[in-house]
Amino acid sequence: MPDQGIPGARLLRCGELGILVEVTDLDQVLALNDLVTGLIAQGHGAWHRVVDVVPAARTLLVTTSSSTAVPALRTDLAALLRAQAVQGNLTIRGGRGPGATTVEIPVHYDGPDLEDVAELTGLTVDEVVAAHTGRPWRVAFGGFAPGFAYLVDGDPRLNVPRRSSPRTVVPSGAVGLAGPFSGIYPRPSPGGWQLIGHTDLALWETDRTPPALLQPGFFVRFVVAGEA
Amino acid sequence: MSRFVEVIRTGPLALLQDLGRPGYAAVGVGRSGAADRASFTLANRLVGNQPEVGAIEITLGGFALGTNAPIIVALTGAPAPAEVSGRSVPHNSPVYLRAGQVLTLGFAPVGLRTYLAIAGGFDVPPVLGSVATDTMSGLGPAPLAPGRVLKLGHLPVEPGSIDVAPVAPLGEGPVTLRVLRGPRDEWLDDYSRLGKTRWTASSQSDRVGVRLEGQPLDRAPEYADRELQSEGVVRGSIQVPGSGLPVLFLADHPVTGGYPVAGVIRDADTDRLAQVRPGQQIRFQLED
Repeated sequence: MPDQGIPGARLLRCGELGILVEVTDLDQVLALNDLVTGLIAQGHGAWHRVVDVVPAARTLLVTTSSSTAVPALRTDLAALLRAQAVQGNLTIRGGRGPGATTVEIPVHYDGPDLEDVAELTGLTVDEVVAAHTGRPWRVAFGGFAPGFAYLVDGDPRLNVPRRSSPRTVVPSGAVGLAGPFSGIYPRPSPGGWQLIGHTDLALWETDRTPPALLQPGFFVRFVVAGEA
Repeated sequence: MSRFVEVIRTGPLALLQDLGRPGYAAVGVGRSGAADRASFTLANRLVGNQPEVGAIEITLGGFALGTNAPIIVALTGAPAPAEVSGRSVPHNSPVYLRAGQVLTLGFAPVGLRTYLAIAGGFDVPPVLGSVATDTMSGLGPAPLAPGRVLKLGHLPVEPGSIDVAPVAPLGEGPVTLRVLRGPRDEWLDDYSRLGKTRWTASSQSDRVGVRLEGQPLDRAPEYADRELQSEGVVRGSIQVPGSGLPVLFLADHPVTGGYPVAGVIRDADTDRLAQVRPGQQIRFQLED
């Protein structure tokens, strides 16, 4: 049976080299991601064999360079989940920690779907812009393309479905909405998000360290370009 | 004068590859790198390179290059018949080319990907530490094209370690791949059918994944209407989308996937998967 730590948490095998940690919500994923990346930075025991850590909506994937590291990592992860369950720390992340980085992103609110979003939400265009800029978003996870970040915790009134037919090309810098998420396309790609504007900031530069502007756990504040 | 090789023909697809970009998955960058890592590292060993030095991955053959300098090369993987200035040269063995000579590859009768390593490597600027072309994200150098000049590198070479490598030959028959169960096997109505079905690699296969044809797998009734939230996936994942026809993830797989992964192919066997041709049969040996 999977190791039980906090209710609903499971450690699932993901081949010889991976462990998929399943928890119950995104706050737990991000708290666990912080703990795990801290252990990797310290490099104790089997943690120096970790290759990648991939946070997603409900899971954290940990991959290693050697199957011999997996049993020890499973043991450590199970202990981590148990300890956090006792201390209740896995839910602390819902609030903004004092050290959290906030990135300000100027947006030209001129997207082709802005009117549609207003109609879908029952807001005026100005109210859509006010809702998008009115509170900070949080970087949850990446995964769709280099530098793309799923942003959460925005104004719940902006929860809109994807477009019924995706665009074949969405331009670089386009700012979109889909479900509970907002996001910015780092490079031209196909996409089905509702586009409300664009930014001139570079989300992804391979010769920058780190190349992605937005890292999991960061906060993002959208501002109307020119009014910052 | 700089030493270089010039690509004359590429066949269907020729890419620079190495062992990819580990450590960037959280920001949406997959590892990429050689699809058949065993053949790739063997090619480097044969010419005396370190195992991770960039080499050329040639899909199906049909490739040719010329050189303006004496070079030592090695060909591994799919046995595309090779000639140097009209003379047949062996696979899995170092081959010497004089300045002005041309290496040509015919089409491989079995297998899918041939690796061409050159002693000293190539002088190509890395992106995030790698010269691999990631066909999914577009990172890395452009696919090779006729006329492309590649400057030769000066990476350390330790010659004479091996002359001929014994390699199990690739075949046309069914390929058996070992599979570890999970993480999302419970989404299938009958996981054991994955191992009982005779699957065929579809022509819709590439470096991202090998798509299978066969009797579609059914979802478990309790998962029939559920959607999986996207989650991290690994090379070798057997993803089962709504169609019930599995997709096997290869080197350029997306970092996350939104369909359940019923099982994961053993890491070493994913190299053999990279040599499976469209139309070839695949069987899964389910381990527990």
